[in-house]
Amino acid sequence: MYTNLQAETDRAFAGEQAAGRRQQQNDQQDEEKTMTDTTKTTKGLSRRSVLKGAAATAGVALGSGAITGFPTIWAQNIKNVTLRQFGTGVSNLNEVAQKVKQDLGFTLEMTALDSDTVTQRAATQPKSFDIADIEYWIAKKVWPTGNLQAMDTKKIKQYDNIVGIFRNGKLTPSSVIAQGTAPHTVGFVDGKNGKKFVDHESGWMTLIPTIYNADTLGIRPDLIKRPITSWTELLNSEFKGKASILDISSIGIMDAAMVCEARGDIKYGDKGNMTKEEIDKTMAIFTQAKKDGQFRAFWKSFDESVNLMSSGEVVIQSMWSPAIAAVRSKGIDCKYQPLKEGYRSWGGGLGIAASLSGLELDAAYEYINWYLSGWVGGFLMRQGYYSAVPSTSQKFMSADEWGYWFEGKKAQGDILSPQGAVMEKAGAVRDGGSFEERMGHVACWNSVMDENQYMVRKWNEFVAA
Amino acid sequence: MMTLTKTDRTSWLLAGPMTLILAAFLVLPILTIIVVSFWAFNEFTFFPAFVFDNYLFTLTSKVTLATYLKTLQFVILTWVFCTVVGFTVAYFLAFCVKSLAWQVALFLLCTIPFWTSNIIRMISWVPFLGRNGIANSALMSLGIVKQPVEWLLFSDFSVVLAFVHLYALFMVVPIFNTLIRIDKSLIEAARDGGANGLQILTNIIIPLAKPGIMIGSIFVVTLVMGDFITVRFMSGGQSASVGRIISNEISLLQYPAAAADAVILLVTVLIMIAIMMRFVDIRKEL
Repeated sequence: MYTNLQAETDRAFAGEQAAGRRQQQNDQQDEEKTMTDTTKTTKGLSRRSVLKGAAATAGVALGSGAITGFPTIWAQNIKNVTLRQFGTGVSNLNEVAQKVKQDLGFTLEMTALDSDTVTQRAATQPKSFDIADIEYWIAKKVWPTGNLQAMDTKKIKQYDNIVGIFRNGKLTPSSVIAQGTAPHTVGFVDGKNGKKFVDHESGWMTLIPTIYNADTLGIRPDLIKRPITSWTELLNSEFKGKASILDISSIGIMDAAMVCEARGDIKYGDKGNMTKEEIDKTMAIFTQAKKDGQFRAFWKSFDESVNLMSSGEVVIQSMWSPAIAAVRSKGIDCKYQPLKEGYRSWGGGLGIAASLSGLELDAAYEYINWYLSGWVGGFLMRQGYYSAVPSTSQKFMSADEWGYWFEGKKAQGDILSPQGAVMEKAGAVRDGGSFEERMGHVACWNSVMDENQYMVRKWNEFVAA
Repeated sequence: MMTLTKTDRTSWLLAGPMTLILAAFLVLPILTIIVVSFWAFNEFTFFPAFVFDNYLFTLTSKVTLATYLKTLQFVILTWVFCTVVGFTVAYFLAFCVKSLAWQVALFLLCTIPFWTSNIIRMISWVPFLGRNGIANSALMSLGIVKQPVEWLLFSDFSVVLAFVHLYALFMVVPIFNTLIRIDKSLIEAARDGGANGLQILTNIIIPLAKPGIMIGSIFVVTLVMGDFITVRFMSGGQSASVGRIISNEISLLQYPAAAADAVILLVTVLIMIAIMMRFVDIRKEL
């Protein structure tokens, strides 16, 4: 299908391109001259593909009759473009695809998968997608395969307004960077086809951040009937047979580490990158708890966590923010409990497939710029996530919604979901408070460890124990 | 080459399509799995090699042994209950129901649950058995228990219950099929000879039903050995099974490891079936 589309768009281009072919070649040379040193030193294949990209860009520029500025003529052709995006369920929403069609004119096909499958696809089926909506820790795993291409931040209009977490790692100048795979550590590479992550804003971004949040334990206050303030409570024998942890090893181990550290059992060097010894100790503590019957179940998918909580099988567990909303929407009391040790945080972003070029690549940039321009941000923030550029999202939210979701203020009226259902009644305050309070207390980012394979084995032993 | 007679040619033509289908969709994939099981892998890709690491790791890991024992436990329990339930139902249909119309009607009734997906049938146990589920509220309002019974759900009990529920029909069908073909005059002759009900059952009906029991057993054993979703849902993700280990490995991109585990599972199941075939020669007795 991709090749068909490509052929179609190529045909549509042929006329315009033929006229400007010579010119295009000149431009190509100019482009080449202006290229950075880094690209010049990388010889061979990568260099060639850079040139190809440049040629395509030049072609579009010519076709539109304008070297800079908003392309107008190809907006006719762009209607034929289909971008295939896949990612986790959180941001792969049909509403977004519909709005893309409406605002940008092209078609966005979305596939929602779980994070394991997303990783798998990004790593093994590079031709099956144009845009990957993945988490930063997945990027760390997938980037070395060369299936994604870095994005030129000069083409990202809102780049300067992207939250600091994704650029230099700091929410505010005084912030301490949390453990784990902090997004900025895998956010930049040294060139369009660069394989190595760099520790500064190089101008080549691996993922354009879209959505992120701070995770903690979900509880049933109506069944627990006392304040919960620490991660240690997950293993408290008071909740024997009524606790749960998620069975996705890379995230589950992090929740486990938060608990072990809070109990004072283990002092970690970096929870996001544990040593074998730390993994052994962590799993030993949780295996013992499992044998003692602490856990009612393990969950792997979003709906399982909702069912466990709403049925009362479980009163305290690892949970994700929309799952809390789903339980509450059934009229069941459920709290996303802020804990004194801090949050386990995650962030996702859009990556562009390495194979994307020409009109599709331009459409992808268009899409990303649109993504950051506010509508999606507002849509996602009204579900309890944060957007990469809050200032643009604010324009698409009411003052009350902004106050409730972002500033941690008391809701003046009912807070509605994007679909119009009542999420919170007037007077409610968001669990954990404002953006700064929540994102400022991140203890650890979701990550992939150097000892990942060992950890996975140990995790499987834990499940089988 | 010898000249083919007409019957030879006909039999080749008749067997041909099936042979091709099996070769393309069964033999070839299994060969691929075997080949891949010797490949090497890292975190995000796998590549051709000839290593025994995948087998070595599986065969020496404590988890493998524990998992196989657990899976065998599920197999044995499920098999016992499925056989008892399957035989009883088949016996009732074959001997207690006299009219053929009723036999057909009741038999179809048995299959009605199979009109829905087996995942739905399995998951519907969850709200039923849960802490605040129907079973527990019934037990509590009858005053049988004071506290909700916790082991009803997310336990070995619930796993086996779901298996029996899902697979009992695979026992009913073949057993019913053999029972209905037992010559009624045999039973009459036995009764005339003075045999009591139990003697008729153990000396005539069960021996003659053996092929059916064995076919049903093969279904049940292979289905339970290869299952991953029932164990996951009904144990609340807390029990391992061989199938779950393979599915975990696939989700972590460890295809060669998954392939090696699949080969080991295949060999195990083949050995189990071979052993079962030693007890009953299905082809001779069918």
